[in-house]
Amino acid sequence: MDWTLALPELVLGCAGLLLLLVGVIPKKETFFPITMGAIGALLFTAVLVLGQGEGTALSGHYVADSFSGFMKVLALGAAAVSLLLSLDFNEREGLGRFEYPVLVVFATLGAMVMISANDLMSLYIGLELLSLPLYVIAAFNRDNARSAEAGLKYFVLGALASGLLLYGSSLVYGFAGTTNFDRLADAFSAQQGVSAGVIVGVVFVITGLAFKISAVPFHMWTPDVYEGAPTPVTAFFASAPKVAAIALMARVLLGPFGDLIAQWQQVILLISMGSMILGGFAAIGQTNLKRLMAYSSIGHVGYALMGLAVGSDIGLRGLLVYMAIYVFMNLGTFAVLVAMRRQGRAVERIEDLAGLGRTDPTTAMWMAIFMFSMAGIPPLAGFFGKLYVFLAAVQGGFWTLAVIGVLTSVVSAYYYLRVVKVMYFDQPVGALDHAPASLTIVMAGSGLFTLLFCLWPAPMLAAAQAAAAALLG
Amino acid sequence: MNAAGFPLLTLLTFLPLAGAAIIMSVRGTDEVVASNARWTALWTSLIVFLLSLILWVKFDRASSGFQFEEKLAWLPEFGVGYHMGVDGISVLFVLLSTALTPLCILASWESIQVRVREYMVAFLILETMMVGMFAALDFIVFYVFFEAVLIPMFLIIGVWGGPRRVYAAFKFFLYTLLGSVLMLLAILYLWYNAGTTDIPALFEYAVPRSAQTWIFFAFLCSFAVKVPMWPVHTWLPDAHVEAPTAGSVILAGVLLKMGAYGFLRFTLPLLPEASADFAPLIFVLSIVAIVYTSMVALAQEDMKKLIAYSSVAHMGIVTLGIFTFNQQGLSGALFTMLAHGVVSGALFLCVGVLYDRLHSREILRYGGTARVMPAYALVFMLFTMASIGLPGTANFVGEFLVIVGAWRINPWVAFGAATGMVLGACYMLWLYRRVSFGAITRDDVRALLDLSPREYAVFAPLIILTLWMGIYPQPFLSFFEATVAALVARHEAALSISRLAGM
Repeated sequence: MDWTLALPELVLGCAGLLLLLVGVIPKKETFFPITMGAIGALLFTAVLVLGQGEGTALSGHYVADSFSGFMKVLALGAAAVSLLLSLDFNEREGLGRFEYPVLVVFATLGAMVMISANDLMSLYIGLELLSLPLYVIAAFNRDNARSAEAGLKYFVLGALASGLLLYGSSLVYGFAGTTNFDRLADAFSAQQGVSAGVIVGVVFVITGLAFKISAVPFHMWTPDVYEGAPTPVTAFFASAPKVAAIALMARVLLGPFGDLIAQWQQVILLISMGSMILGGFAAIGQTNLKRLMAYSSIGHVGYALMGLAVGSDIGLRGLLVYMAIYVFMNLGTFAVLVAMRRQGRAVERIEDLAGLGRTDPTTAMWMAIFMFSMAGIPPLAGFFGKLYVFLAAVQGGFWTLAVIGVLTSVVSAYYYLRVVKVMYFDQPVGALDHAPASLTIVMAGSGLFTLLFCLWPAPMLAAAQAAAAALLG
Repeated sequence: MNAAGFPLLTLLTFLPLAGAAIIMSVRGTDEVVASNARWTALWTSLIVFLLSLILWVKFDRASSGFQFEEKLAWLPEFGVGYHMGVDGISVLFVLLSTALTPLCILASWESIQVRVREYMVAFLILETMMVGMFAALDFIVFYVFFEAVLIPMFLIIGVWGGPRRVYAAFKFFLYTLLGSVLMLLAILYLWYNAGTTDIPALFEYAVPRSAQTWIFFAFLCSFAVKVPMWPVHTWLPDAHVEAPTAGSVILAGVLLKMGAYGFLRFTLPLLPEASADFAPLIFVLSIVAIVYTSMVALAQEDMKKLIAYSSVAHMGIVTLGIFTFNQQGLSGALFTMLAHGVVSGALFLCVGVLYDRLHSREILRYGGTARVMPAYALVFMLFTMASIGLPGTANFVGEFLVIVGAWRINPWVAFGAATGMVLGACYMLWLYRRVSFGAITRDDVRALLDLSPREYAVFAPLIILTLWMGIYPQPFLSFFEATVAALVARHEAALSISRLAGM
C-alpha cells in the first residue's frame, strides 16, 4: 500500500474536513478554536513530513524526497504563522469566521500536493487546490470593495494562468507522450533535438507558474491583490503559495525538463532580471506599505530565480536558502503590518509608521531589522540569502545577472531605508495601538531568527544542500 | 592558543555588544536610563580599551605574520570560517578604534540629550563592527563587518544629525553600499576560484592575470568610496557636516581608514600586477584629490566641511603612499592613517566644543575666541599645526615618509603630495586665524566658557598621542616595519615572476 507515503497530505486533508465539520455544528462563532485546531493540524503535519520516508507513490504521481520535505516544512510553518497573524486581526475586522482557517488548511494542502507533484496531472490538481481557496480568502472581507476587487482580479488572472499552464501541459503531453516527470526526463534525455511544440509547451508551463510567483512580466496582479486583500491574507499569499510555486518551478525545470536547460534558461534569466529591476524601481514611489511589500516580493522572487537560472546544485541551494530566509523576514514584516492600528483602525501607509522608534521602540527595532535584512545588509539573514544566489551566479559565469542583481539591491535598499527613516528620523504622529501578544511573538521570533542566523547558519545550509542534492540526484 | 592565552580579539569585538545589551535592559525614567546608558557605555568601552592594550604589550613586533589568531568553523562550506587575527598593518587600527570610542562617548556626554540610550547602543555596535573588521582574517567575515558598519552609522547620522541629516544619511549609505556590492562579486569570484576566503590562504593563490584587472576595479569601487578618493568623495562632506560630533570623529578617525586598509590588505597582496599597472591612475586620482580638495577647503565657510575636505586631501596622501610599493611610502601611508585618525578626530572635537556652545559651525560666526578661551585656543592650535604637518607632530612623520617614498617613484608625484602640505597650511592657518583671532564682535562669543574638565579629559589623550607620534614615532613604526617589509618583498617577488613569465 504505497499511499502511506502520502500520509502527511492525507492527515492534513482529513483534518481540514474535520475542522469544517466541527466548525459548522455549533451555533456560535468558532473562529478561535478552529484556528487553533488548524495551526495544530499544520504543525502536526510538519512533524509527519519530517518523519516521512522517500520514494514515489500513487502510481508515480507523488514523490517524497528531502527537497519536498524542506519546502513542505517551510510552507506548513508559514501557513501556521500566517494563521497566528490572522487571530487578532480577523476578530477586530469582523472577519472572525471559521471558514478562514479551513480555507487556509486546504490551500496549504494544495501547496503540499504541488511540492510533491511528480506528474503534470498532480501538478495541476495541486495548483488548483491551492488557488481556489486563495481566490476566496483574497475576497474574504466581502463587504469591502477593495477586497472583493482583489479576489476577482486574482481569480480572473489566476484562471488565465491556469489555462496557460494546462495548455502547455497538453502540448508537452502531445509531443512527449507522457505526463510523468520521470518518463518525461527519459524522453528528453534520449532525444537529440527538441521539437518546437515541446518548447512552446515548456514556455507555457513556465508562464503559468510565473503568474503564481508574481515574476515579471506576469506580476501585474500582485500590487492590487496585496493591497486589497486583508493583511493576514497578504502575509499568507507572500509566503506558503510562493514557496510551493517556486518549489514546483524548480522541480519541473530541473527534473523533467532538466535536459532542455538550454531552451528555458534564457527565459528564466529574463524573468529574473526583469523582476529584480521592476521590484527595485517600481517600489520607490509607493506610499502604501502593502504595495511596497508587493513590489519587494517581486524583487525577491527575481533574486530567488537567479539561483534557478544558473541551473546548478549551488544555484538550487541558493534558491532554497533564499526562500527560507525570505519567508521568515516576510512573516516578521507582515506581523508588523498587521499590528499597525491607530485607535482601533487599521492603517497601512508608510507615513503611519512615523516616529515609531520613539513611540514603540521594540516594534520599530524588529521592523528595522527586517528592512535592513530585506535590503541584504550583513550580518542579517537576508544578506546570506543573497550571498548564496550571487555565489551561484558568479560560479556559473552569469556576470550580467550578478551585476544587475547587486545594483538593483542597492536601488531597493533605498526604499527599505525609507521605512527605517520614517520610523527613526521623522517626528511621531501619534502612537500606534499596542500589539497583541500573538503578533509580538511572531515579530520577536522571526526577528531573532533574522538577527542571529549568522551565528549558526550550518543546519539550514546543510538541509538546503541535502534538498538540492535530492532534486538533482 | 594565541599570545594572550584567551580569545582576545573575539572578546574585543563582541564585548561592546554585551554593554549594548545591558543598556537595552535598563528600565526606568528617562533620566535614569540616560545616565545609566552613558556610564555603561563609557565603562564598556574603557574595559575594551584596556583589554586592547594587551595587543600593544604582547604583539611581537619582529614578526610579519598574523598573531593572536582564532579559528572556528562557520559556514559549512569550502574554506569559509570565522578567523580572527592581527598583523602589523591592522593591530594599530584595532587600538585606534578602541581608543577613539571611549573618547567619543565622553564627547557626546552633554551634547546628546535625546534618545541617549539608542545613541550609546549604536556607538557600541559601531565599535564591534570596526574592531571586527580590522581583526577579520576571512574575506566574508571582513565583508560582513565592513558593510554592517553602515547600519549604526546610518542611524547615528540620521537620528542625531543636523538639519540635512536625512539626505546625508541616505547618501552615505547608498554610496558606500553601491561600492561594496561590486566588491562582493569579486569576493565571490575569489571564493569560488581559490576555494577559500581565508585571507592567509588567499595570499597563496595567484589570481589569473586576466581576472586581476576586473577584480582590481571591483575592489577600487568599494575602497575608493570608503577612502574616499576623488571623484567619489562627495558623500563625505555631507556626512561629516550633518553627523553629530562623535559621529564625525569616528567617520574621520576610523571609517575612512577602512578603505585604505582594504587596499593594503587585499588589493596589494592579491593583485600585484594590476596594482602595479594601475598605480599611475591612483597617483593621478590622489594628486587631484590633494590639490582639488585643498582648494575647495579654502573656499569653505563651514568649519566641519573644511575639515572634511582636508580629510579627503590627507587620504589622498595615504593612497598615494600605498601605491608607491616601497617601504617608506607604505610605512608613511600607515603612519599618516594613524596620525590622521587622531588629528582629524581631534579637530572635529574642537569644532564640537564651539558647536556645543553656540550651535553654529559657521567660521564667520566666531572670531577672537582665543581671548575668552585661551586653553581651547592652545589645543586647537596644536591640532591645526599637526594637521598642517609641522615637524614634531604626528602628521609630519607620515607625510614626510610618503613624500620620500613617492620621490623614489617619480619626483613629480612627490611634488604633488608636497603641494598638499603647502595648501594645507593655507586653509588651516586661515581657519585658525578667523576663528581664534580678530576682534570679538558678538556678545555670545564674549561670554564663551573655556574647556570644561570633561573636555580636558577628552583632549588630553589625543594631545599626548599627537606629540608622542611626532616626537618619538619609533614605537609606532616598529609595529608595522616587519609587515611592510614582507609586503614589499612579496609584491616585488610577484612582479618579477610575472615579468619572467611574460618574457
